Amino acid sequence: MGDVKLAYIVQKPQYKGETSRLAITHAIAYQTVEILLEDGDTVTPTLCFVGEGVLGLQKGQKAMDLYGITSTESHIKNSLLVDLDVLVCKEDLAKYGIPEDAMPDADDMGADKKIKVAPFSEIQKAMEDAKHVLFF
Amino acid sequence: MGTLTIGCFPGLVGNMSYDFALKLAEAAVNKGHKVNIWLSGNATGSVKAHQKHLKDYSTGEKYLKALLEKGVEICTCEACTVARGIQKTEGIEKLQWNAMHWYLAKIHGSDRVLQIGGE
Repeated sequence: MGDVKLAYIVQKPQYKGETSRLAITHAIAYQTVEILLEDGDTVTPTLCFVGEGVLGLQKGQKAMDLYGITSTESHIKNSLLVDLDVLVCKEDLAKYGIPEDAMPDADDMGADKKIKVAPFSEIQKAMEDAKHVLFF
Repeated sequence: MGTLTIGCFPGLVGNMSYDFALKLAEAAVNKGHKVNIWLSGNATGSVKAHQKHLKDYSTGEKYLKALLEKGVEICTCEACTVARGIQKTEGIEKLQWNAMHWYLAKIHGSDRVLQIGGE
C-alpha cells in the first residue's frame, strides 16, 4: 500500500482541552508505526494549525516550571526533531496579532525542520493531498 | 465491504459524541464492514470493567463488549488510560491496550477514517 498521507488539522487552542495536545502526540507516533506495518508501508502526517489552533504555540512556555507538565512548545520541538511538516496558518496568526517569529524552533536540539508559517491555501493543499483528514 | 477506523476522543459522560461513535461502529459492522475503534483522551475512561449502568448516564462497557463480540477491534491509548488511574488488570477483557501508533497503523489500512473529537 506504500505511503499514506494524513492531514492533522488542529482547530482548538492548546491547553484549553486535551485533543489539541493529542493531535501533536498522535502525529509524532508516525515514527514508530512501521513496527505494526508491512515492509515499505509508511504513514506521513502533516500537522496543521488553523483558527484558534494557532493559539498557545509561542516559544518561551513555562508549563513544566509552573504546572509540572510538558509544554506545547516542547511537543512542537519534538515534532520538528522527528521531521514532521508543521504548518501554521499565516492569516490566523495575523488575526490574533501573533508575530511569526514567536513560533518556536528546535535548532538547539539539532532539528533540520522548522515550522512553516503558511497561507491557508497551502494548508488546504495538504488536506487535498492527504488520504485522510483528521480534525482535532 | 470496507474498513472503517474510528478515533473516539470524547468522554463517556457529559455528551453524546461517545455514544454516537459506538452506535456508528455497530451500524457499520452490522452491514459487514471491518471496524476498528481507537479510544484516546477522555474516552479511555470508558474501558474500566464493572461499570454500573445508571439510566441517567451513558455507559460504555455493555456496548464495547457487544462490539468486541462482533469482531470490532477496540484499543485504548495506554498512556491516556493509566493517566486516569485505570490499570490494565481493571479493564474490559479482550479490549486492546497500545500506543498511538496502533491508531496510525489501522488508519493506514482503512478505506475511511472518522475522527470523533473530544473535549
